Amino acid sequence: MNCMSCIEYIIVGVMIASAVLAVEWRDLLAAAVGMAAVSLFASLLFFMLQAPDVAMTEAAIGAALSGAVFIFAIKRTQRYETEEEEKPGWWVRW
Amino acid sequence: MLKRLLAITTLIIIGYWLAQGLAGVPFGQDRMLVGKYYLEHVVEQTGAVNAVTAVVVNYRGFDTLGEVTVLFIASTGVGALLWSRKKRRTARTEGSIVLTTGTRLLAPFVMLFGVYIFIHGHLTPGGGFPGGATIATAFLLLYMAFVTYEIPHRAFEKIEGAVGMTYVIVGLIGLAIGGYFLYDWIWQTWGWGHDNIGRLFSGGFIPIIYTIIGIKVGTELSGIIDNMIKEEVSK
Amino acid sequence: MISVYYFGAISLILIGLYAVLVKKNVLKMLIGLSIMETGVNLLLVSIGYISGRSAPILSEGIGPNQAVDPIPQALVLTAIVIGVATTAMALSVAIILYGKYGTLNVEEIRRLRG
Repeated sequence: MNCMSCIEYIIVGVMIASAVLAVEWRDLLAAAVGMAAVSLFASLLFFMLQAPDVAMTEAAIGAALSGAVFIFAIKRTQRYETEEEEKPGWWVRW
Repeated sequence: MLKRLLAITTLIIIGYWLAQGLAGVPFGQDRMLVGKYYLEHVVEQTGAVNAVTAVVVNYRGFDTLGEVTVLFIASTGVGALLWSRKKRRTARTEGSIVLTTGTRLLAPFVMLFGVYIFIHGHLTPGGGFPGGATIATAFLLLYMAFVTYEIPHRAFEKIEGAVGMTYVIVGLIGLAIGGYFLYDWIWQTWGWGHDNIGRLFSGGFIPIIYTIIGIKVGTELSGIIDNMIKEEVSK
Repeated sequence: MISVYYFGAISLILIGLYAVLVKKNVLKMLIGLSIMETGVNLLLVSIGYISGRSAPILSEGIGPNQAVDPIPQALVLTAIVIGVATTAMALSVAIILYGKYGTLNVEEIRRLRG
């Protein structure tokens, strides 16, 4: 019973970490992959919350199709997020 | 810098407010009102074992028709926004041998699995929406593997329109027989499948509607993929 | 003491909102919107959860008193599919913006307007 809640804490932690990375990475391709990872961990959480229908939908759509659509859009625009203001360091930028 | 500080202050306020609101909704307690009614009457009223499917298709079928319409409008919007006279695929590198061989082997089975998911929607987890997404994933795999592959556009458009019309026709037959739109005429009037609840031929019109939704979602998401992947060639 | 699921959902909503408020790239804003949407779905499903009960599929051994609330799951199921379609539409608007202005930075687009 304790181990079960351990798994929940680990999955929520990894999910939040990948969300922060998806927002902070300058490479948009990597950010799209981070967003797909958020969806994948969220589908694991849906399965733990006894919602298998939602888990299947989220795994099929959030992790596969949504990421693919973002990657097509990045291919047709530009890959890197440009930032013209100079950046002394990540602690000031944040 | 100021903008970031303002944003973070706003976020802290919103987060505190959300946490305060959710403190009054304790996690994991029984507070079902309508859900209890659905769970107690789902088998006798709809014949479906999966309560989520019964809520999506039967109790709130009109809502689902609206959702399918939103999906159709979004798909049409992508097609209209990215429209141009000369569009073709611009990929130059062929898929690797692992990708092409794997796609040749796997694509029919992925489609078959999608069909399985949406036909058995009233018995097992899944249903039309994930089934259609799985079929669209099979087409995405084909697009990735073969540089000149395109979906059969005319057939897809015709299937999409016919299937959307079938949904409305099923609802109108319910209106004629039972008195309201999307009345479950197969289960309640004809009474088919009352003696094999839990097997495939039960659940009234839920398998029919979910097949319709699955085909519609699959064709529309494939159309979105096709529109996003093809680029305008300028000469 | 707040549950870990509520904490994860609220964190996802706030991270997505941060990206929408602060970032200047249109695609990064759309990524933030997608993360927000996942957070809202997680919040809805975790509100419908009842501890100790199983999924709302009424097979043998699982009666109506041993299943979680099916309504939030039904709402979220359709919301996910609609979400990817509307995201694709927003992305096609972003592609048109890039073709017209040559940049995805919203401040430059505001400067180039007219």
